[in-house]
Amino acid sequence: MAPDSMAQTVPTQLPAEWRDFFALTKPRVMSLVIFTGLCGLLAAPGSIHPVLGFTAILCIALGAGGAAALNQWWEADIDAGMKRTAARPLPAGRMNRTDARDFGILISAASVMIMGLGVNWLAAAILALSIFYYAVIYTIWLKPRTPQNIVIGGGAGAFPPLIGWVAVTGDITLMPVLLFLIIFMWTPPHFWALALFVKTDYANVGIPMMPVVRGETSTRRQILAYSVLLVPIAAAPWFIGGTAYVYGIASLALTLAFLALSLPVAFRQTGENDTMKPEKRLFAFSIIYLFALFAALVVDRVLANQGWI
Amino acid sequence: MTPEEEAEFKRRQRSRNLVVGGILLFLAILFYVITIARM
Repeated sequence: MAPDSMAQTVPTQLPAEWRDFFALTKPRVMSLVIFTGLCGLLAAPGSIHPVLGFTAILCIALGAGGAAALNQWWEADIDAGMKRTAARPLPAGRMNRTDARDFGILISAASVMIMGLGVNWLAAAILALSIFYYAVIYTIWLKPRTPQNIVIGGGAGAFPPLIGWVAVTGDITLMPVLLFLIIFMWTPPHFWALALFVKTDYANVGIPMMPVVRGETSTRRQILAYSVLLVPIAAAPWFIGGTAYVYGIASLALTLAFLALSLPVAFRQTGENDTMKPEKRLFAFSIIYLFALFAALVVDRVLANQGWI
Repeated sequence: MTPEEEAEFKRRQRSRNLVVGGILLFLAILFYVITIARM
């Protein structure tokens, strides 16, 4: 669905407000990106100058913002058809599409250049790959074509801790790859829990989300499958000796709680006017889960560095 | 454009210019401190 072939949104006479450009970067999603990127940076062995650490996180945030702007440029008409996204600057007609596209390209390119010149080029290359992955592979290619879109697309959100880690170490080892895999495995149950209670929205705009294409039962079983897989993967940094027991215990407790919340979602049948409480609970907990897991990783590293564990 | 629209146009333009100016100033300071940090 190329933008040129779609009906234009309401033309705007006035220049867009700077707040609308800021909204294009999906600031709420960015907070999780910044947090996981920061945790990757703090958990990495070695040290980084605070200014360079700040620059790395700024670039991760800018890159995520640029990818989000490109996503909204491409999906403006889809967003217009969904209640959850209809108030965004493009579908609401507060901004021209080309402005959103140019803004997305500008801050994406700036984030990669600053990361490369200021921090290191491997981190910059992974950042560039993550932007391409989200804006092109996920948004343009997979999302409108396959119900597995979110599984493969989950990789895009999994890059920040890897980039944060590489910003410090300058190379890729097993630990940052495991951090990548944790978010990769976490994304499907997180997103499908949401998709279950906003299913009608996705169906209306023709996005082949799992609940729409394969049905609720299959989606619920797959939520459980990914939640089960998450247990060993989240604990793997401890098993390979990359962290101490503080992270190990926290990861087991959190992931088992995640699994416990996914069980009622997995074996439920919904009726008319269902309030979808278990799905909403799992979605809300999944966000807390990721924050808590990565916070535990950093606490573990700090305690180990102090020689307390 | 009505006078109200023109006033709104100028207000938006001014606020955008201020934000762009602030970002450019921030970047100049950032590049300066990065240069020092990498020395």
